[in-house]
Amino acid sequence: MIGFEGLYVIYLIASMCFILAIRGLSSPKTARNGNQLGMFGMGLAVLATLLVLPTRNDLGILSAGFLAALIGIWTANKVKMTALPQVIALLNGVGGLSSVLVGMAQILRGQVSLFDSSVGIAIGGVAFSGSLIAFFKLQGWLKNKHFSGANIINIIIFSGLIITWAEFVMTERMYALYMLVFGAFLFGATITLPVGGADMPIVISVLNAFSGFAASGIGFSLSNVALIITGALVGASGTILALAMTKAMNRSLVDVFFKTFTESEEKDFQSRTARVGSPQDAAFLMENASKVIIVPGYGMASAGAQYALKNMASILKDKYHVDVKFAIHPVAGRMPGHMNVLLAEAKVDYDKVFGLEEINPDFETADVAYVIGANDITNPLAKTDASSPLYGMPILEVSKAKTVFFVKRSLGAGYSGAQNPLFFADNTLMLYGDAKKVTEEVVANL
Amino acid sequence: MSLLFLMTIFILSCFIGYFVVQGVTPALHAPLMSVSNAISGIVIIAALTTAALAEDFNNEELLSLIAVFLASLNIFGGFTVSNRMLKLFKKKDEK
Repeated sequence: MIGFEGLYVIYLIASMCFILAIRGLSSPKTARNGNQLGMFGMGLAVLATLLVLPTRNDLGILSAGFLAALIGIWTANKVKMTALPQVIALLNGVGGLSSVLVGMAQILRGQVSLFDSSVGIAIGGVAFSGSLIAFFKLQGWLKNKHFSGANIINIIIFSGLIITWAEFVMTERMYALYMLVFGAFLFGATITLPVGGADMPIVISVLNAFSGFAASGIGFSLSNVALIITGALVGASGTILALAMTKAMNRSLVDVFFKTFTESEEKDFQSRTARVGSPQDAAFLMENASKVIIVPGYGMASAGAQYALKNMASILKDKYHVDVKFAIHPVAGRMPGHMNVLLAEAKVDYDKVFGLEEINPDFETADVAYVIGANDITNPLAKTDASSPLYGMPILEVSKAKTVFFVKRSLGAGYSGAQNPLFFADNTLMLYGDAKKVTEEVVANL
Repeated sequence: MSLLFLMTIFILSCFIGYFVVQGVTPALHAPLMSVSNAISGIVIIAALTTAALAEDFNNEELLSLIAVFLASLNIFGGFTVSNRMLKLFKKKDEK
């Protein structure tokens, strides 16, 4: 009917749909249309493939797809917004594994470039096991493992991976293929295991890029242009996100994977005393403020405090005519854009949500900065102390506000292990407790 | 098709990806991850192509079948999650 050339044209159209889908995300106004265009492109490509290349077992294929659709849509609708990072990690891993299996099927079938397929297999394998470990960590089922000599082990496994890969491409023996798959799984796991929570946005982005490049690798082996273009798009997207995140933390990708922070306990902190405020104080100061900036971090997500926060912001704005803004650091949370989605879920107007560079000049004129579940991203040592692990990281300059409230469970050091001198500053008041409970108490006192 | 030709497409696509993604607003970085995640499920057409080549039920067909299942999970899950997220970014007057 449409033939192979028609199929080629349809793949080209699908690729264009995907490019425009991502382009749509440049503004919240066009984003949903973009997503729908992506779905359309995918549907088109799959349907055309099924029509032009009928399989011996179409029924089996359709049932597999149908079952996956049921499970995928049901799970995606069921999951809580706070659990988004782990869901995306899991889906990413599933995509990676799919590339591995397709690559292996092609090699078993023969008549395919072993080099191209095996590159796809290796990258997909790392994406799969790395994403799985990231999923377990984000879900809280796995603690950080700082095993000694992790770097040496990783380098050995990586060298082993390269050697088995070369062995396979040159000898074409199947045992080398199985070892390659196993080695890729192992490497993905060991490289992700030592990475800590606050570096998760970077790791997820890197793994996202990997699943894209794996698809490109498979595309090379099949000479399939749709796979190459789409894989490159996804790969570029993940890479750019990862680089943006590392820049926002002043770390390099090498640092993230090889120089993981050792999470330290509250060291010589007990000797100093921070001023403790009450929810009443916070309510009183914010009612009488003309400008309040709210700075959310992972603590807001884990406590599910976004609705209480939105409530607080609305009352301040409607009843007391306070100018309330939200400030989001690029690496706040566990995935890129994590805070934005949660605030959007609580129906915070996105016009009131600002990024690092837009909001920093505002702190000087703010009466209150309400920091909720964030720490390192406000630490002034990042600017002043060259020995601090945070040195050079751009921060939200909350200390310039007249009064700073820190909603935190304890005085503990941040994820980086760095102490935050801001806790002991004259204009800081600590509000101890669960982010959601504390905010609800503030609301009750407004 | 020659490797050089495919490489050309790959590299130019990386450039397109770079410029398109640069334009994405940081507020939508989470949906960007999940949209790009969903479209990486395009590997399903490779699974379908491989399945179409199988002459009888063998390991290749089994692997392709599982790959179709996994890629579909990625596609349906990814687009649904993206859609749910993007719905949240609606303006008040659009309701």
